[in-house]
Amino acid sequence: MKKYECPDCGYIYDETLGAEHEGYPAGTKFEDLPDDFPCPDCFVREKPDFVEVEA
Amino acid sequence: MTGKVEKIKTGIENAGVADATAAVVKEDSAWIKNKRYMYFASMILPGIPILSAFLAGETGNGLWLWSLFIVFYGILPVLDQWSGVDAANPSDELVEELKDDRYYVYILYGATIMHWIALVYMAYTVSTLDISWFSILGGALSIGLANGLALVAGHEMGHKVNDKVQVFFAKLILAVSGYGHFFIEHNKGHHKDVATPEDPATSAFGESIYKFVQREIPGAFRRAWELESARLHRLGKSEWSLSNEIIQPALITITAYTLMLAYFGPVMIPFLAIGAAYGWWQLTGANYIEHYGLMRERDANGRYERCQARHSWNSNHKISNLVLLHLQRHSDHHAHPTRPYQVLRDYPEVPGLPSGYPFMLALAMFPSAWFSLMNPKVVNWAEGDMNKVNIDPDVKEEMFKRYHNPKVA
Ligand SMILES: [Zn+2]
Repeated sequence: MKKYECPDCGYIYDETLGAEHEGYPAGTKFEDLPDDFPCPDCFVREKPDFVEVEA
Repeated sequence: MTGKVEKIKTGIENAGVADATAAVVKEDSAWIKNKRYMYFASMILPGIPILSAFLAGETGNGLWLWSLFIVFYGILPVLDQWSGVDAANPSDELVEELKDDRYYVYILYGATIMHWIALVYMAYTVSTLDISWFSILGGALSIGLANGLALVAGHEMGHKVNDKVQVFFAKLILAVSGYGHFFIEHNKGHHKDVATPEDPATSAFGESIYKFVQREIPGAFRRAWELESARLHRLGKSEWSLSNEIIQPALITITAYTLMLAYFGPVMIPFLAIGAAYGWWQLTGANYIEHYGLMRERDANGRYERCQARHSWNSNHKISNLVLLHLQRHSDHHAHPTRPYQVLRDYPEVPGLPSGYPFMLALAMFPSAWFSLMNPKVVNWAEGDMNKVNIDPDVKEEMFKRYHNPKVA
């Protein structure tokens, strides 16, 4: 399970948690998110902008 | 008081998005900390219709109900020009100190309660006093202006989507004027598409506010509904469910308005309609002036560049920024939408409005005056290259003829 960070607001997409409120259940792999997946906090960065967080 | 001035790295550069502008930290910590108490304005302004309704009841003179209208258009623009610009920007250390201070959030919760009291008390007043239709109109327009301010506070709280209580209060305060879909539309729609022709909440060069509103209000509602439906479908739910965050605040509005109609009688129909519509109109006005003509460029893949500070009109006037929770430091807001109001910064090299929103909103209602003041500023921003301007397609040819004169490098 990997983590990816929004470079603007610092939100971290954690695959173990998903983004439940936005309809991406826990366990949703980052690669399975749509390309236009916006950061669920700031909404101004999208999937291609996210940076993988080193474990 | 310190006169420390230094260039600092802003989050924009940290984000890896090149931007020529850096906030100049001019930390005046005494002033920034004093502002702490001045944000009470957000609770005091909805107090004006409450007080004026009380005075109308005491004196029997319904003209009191015009008070907030007169304060907003008559007194605020003058105070704004008199008080000048707010040179202070918080340093990174001060940002850390202030950004998580709950005090600033509690003010907004207080404002939420004040706005509901103002609406109900004004409704009670216009229905029980024997006053002229002109006085009732004043009450409705004053509440409409208060509703506009409520939308500003709702805007602030609606951005804090990872704080359930703030989102709850956002829904509650947006429901005062029946505009609960706003926080969805604004966060996920407007912020995504801002400064592009695709955004119904970004005004185009050569487009009057009267034309803009016909595109903005329905377009924003449609976009909010589509976004919320898509979210619910991903969750395996119908859009017609109580999980729908547009339906939730709408139910608050419908319940409250129905109760007022039942208790206060048919005068509520024009009163509530004018109050809500004038609140929406303030928001339309804010959207109209915030990104007029500005456009983001596309990269090689056809994707729009991320929104930078230069894609919003900024206004750094002191009084109106206090009243509007630094909404006018709009460049920083769009570059970093989750940054709380008390730590928003001014940038020196961003497109600037000549006055605060109270004056600019009034000016926007006179399209020829608006165009003659703002069009040259947009052309200047684009360095004469009209290909870089978001132009209303209906007047594109005419605007090109008149303004296209790119600077040769
Ligand atoms: Zn983010």
